Amino acid sequence: MSNPGDRGVVWLGSPSFPDAAREALKNTQLRANLRRATSTIRDKRLAVASELDDWEALRESAAAIKKRTSRHLDRYLVQLEQSVTAAGGTVHWAADAAEANRIVTDLVRATGEQEVVKVKSMVTQEIGLNEHLAEAGITAYETDLAELIVQLGDDRPSHILVPAIHRNRTEIRDLFTARMGEWGQPAPDGLGDDPAELAEAARLHLREKFLTAKVAVSGANFAMADTGTVVVVESEGNGRMCLTLPQTLITVMGIEKVVPTWSDLEVFLQLLPRSSTGERMNPYTSTWTGTTDGDGPQDFHLVLLDNGRSDTLADTVGRQALACIRCSACLNVCPVFERTGGHAYGSVYPGPIGAVLTPQLVGVDGDIKSGAALLPFASTLCGACYDACPVKINIPEVLAHLRAEVVEAKRTSERLPTAEAVAMKAAARVLDSPQLLAAAQKAASLGGRALARRGRIGRLPGPLHGWSDTRDTPAPPAESFRTWWRKNKEGER
Amino acid sequence: MTSRDTVLGRIRAALADVPADETPGDVPVPRDYRRTHTRPGENTVALFAERVADYRATVTRTDRAGLSDAIAATLARHDVRHLALPDGFPVALLPAGSWAWHTEPLDIPALDALDGAITLAAAGIAVTGTIVLDTGPGQGRRALTLVPDYHLCVIRAEQIAADVPDALARLDPTRPLTFISGPSATSDIELDRVEGVHGPRTLDVIIVDPAHPEQQP
Repeated sequence: MSNPGDRGVVWLGSPSFPDAAREALKNTQLRANLRRATSTIRDKRLAVASELDDWEALRESAAAIKKRTSRHLDRYLVQLEQSVTAAGGTVHWAADAAEANRIVTDLVRATGEQEVVKVKSMVTQEIGLNEHLAEAGITAYETDLAELIVQLGDDRPSHILVPAIHRNRTEIRDLFTARMGEWGQPAPDGLGDDPAELAEAARLHLREKFLTAKVAVSGANFAMADTGTVVVVESEGNGRMCLTLPQTLITVMGIEKVVPTWSDLEVFLQLLPRSSTGERMNPYTSTWTGTTDGDGPQDFHLVLLDNGRSDTLADTVGRQALACIRCSACLNVCPVFERTGGHAYGSVYPGPIGAVLTPQLVGVDGDIKSGAALLPFASTLCGACYDACPVKINIPEVLAHLRAEVVEAKRTSERLPTAEAVAMKAAARVLDSPQLLAAAQKAASLGGRALARRGRIGRLPGPLHGWSDTRDTPAPPAESFRTWWRKNKEGER
Repeated sequence: MTSRDTVLGRIRAALADVPADETPGDVPVPRDYRRTHTRPGENTVALFAERVADYRATVTRTDRAGLSDAIAATLARHDVRHLALPDGFPVALLPAGSWAWHTEPLDIPALDALDGAITLAAAGIAVTGTIVLDTGPGQGRRALTLVPDYHLCVIRAEQIAADVPDALARLDPTRPLTFISGPSATSDIELDRVEGVHGPRTLDVIIVDPAHPEQQP
């Protein structure tokens, strides 16, 4: 059995979400960048989703396809293995991150190459593949523009779709000028900060790598069990370069990415681009089935990765998170993500989906104080993520479920009841009794008004400071609604 | 025990709540969505032309007789002279002029030295403005339309499917497929869309349409 330490997903040594969020909120530049970016993409998504008047029917269908797949996942994975093998590919199974890293490293070594080009892939971030390859003396070049920005900056991705969303154009220009030379073709002299100019610099920087690379590593957006076809959805053409020009292609795929049939793709290919980049269709989608004589890689390996997914599957409420197609719509509509950014989550999967996926993938049973265990609390439960999700993952439901699990684990692990549990018990008694409630309301009114300045209650001492440090509370009214009602309306009946 | 056994064993254990006699077909999948988002009677060719142009690709409509001239006029707008010509492209369609047509075998350095490629297509999708290549006759290996910086694609009107479901049903998934919706692009810097990164930075599409408006009385 693997232990959770083998799984990656989270960045070790990251501060917990509340601490990281507190720091991030002080960064006004970050908040401005994020607000601009997320509001732009929200508007685009709404515009193209509303072009399809059967959007809800597409979501229902997508959710059902994913449900069918997950309830029969073993069957579909075996079918996928057969289809891929019959088409000339080789299938490998990896129980955890460490095993997947070992498999990929061995495959690269077998080619004799010391460099690989990479298509943007969440799953290889999850397992920390680049770092593992580096230890084996193999350099992995990220070729997606945003991933390149992250790699050159020794940075971490902060968004599923646009990992460098936290950086503005001037920071990127400075980074290209300072670091591109260390990785290959240096940035052109006098590089400006216009995005078109920066994209051109990336094109020049990576061109030689693409044209000479012998090995590529990719993830997969979908893989069809019936045909063995693998799909990569992208924009820049870096994906096509990696999937077409090298001799060897190694694709690492989470086991939940399998879908039953080729025709199921008709649902996802309508939902994903519109939810993700807000386009009717992304510029490039590549599909391939095993190997093709005389065209593209002649050696194709598909690594099927578990890494906590089967544990997630065992939770009948939480398993719906495995339906995620990594569109990132939930990040863009989340009021918490918009203010804290992705780094605060301390995971390769940030935002609402990250808050439900991360704790399940790494497993928090034994360690309720871990950063991942706190992530389900990084939400207001407003439900915007559920509305935006193209595969209808009920993220608020899973968040509440995981919160309950953490609270329950805490209760059983501590002999004395927590202050919160005591407070809740007292609240239950008060809310049960009209007399006690009236007395409490009267006391709160008097106390609150005594504390209030100009109608607001500011910072409070003692255990209440956690709430009041960052929020003003309006002073309670002189009388409660119940008292007012009794005085004014009761007699009218 | 192999890792395959481990993973499959864990999955089966995790699915203990699924009745042993349940089959995939027992999990209903509603298919209430539309097969196409075109309006009844809508001209799919015109919609395709409009949607392709939305991606800042250039679209020309012509009939069969005007095709060679349309190719010449389209190429003349760009500084392209050396073009990859895939096997199976109808040579009779190529215009006379100063263009040099390069045929296979073309290795990567040879492709990199070319200005562009001219191809046919396997299918089009009107609603999304997408062309699909399947490496069939006149389309070439995937590298031909990837390495050179310019792509001119000639598609016949009857190849254009109304929407994604129709198009996928027409395609053969055992062939390598490339779905192309406009030139390569990125929004990775401040979500500001920039056309032209690694794939061809310029995409022109010519639609060969017997019902081209100019040919109608």
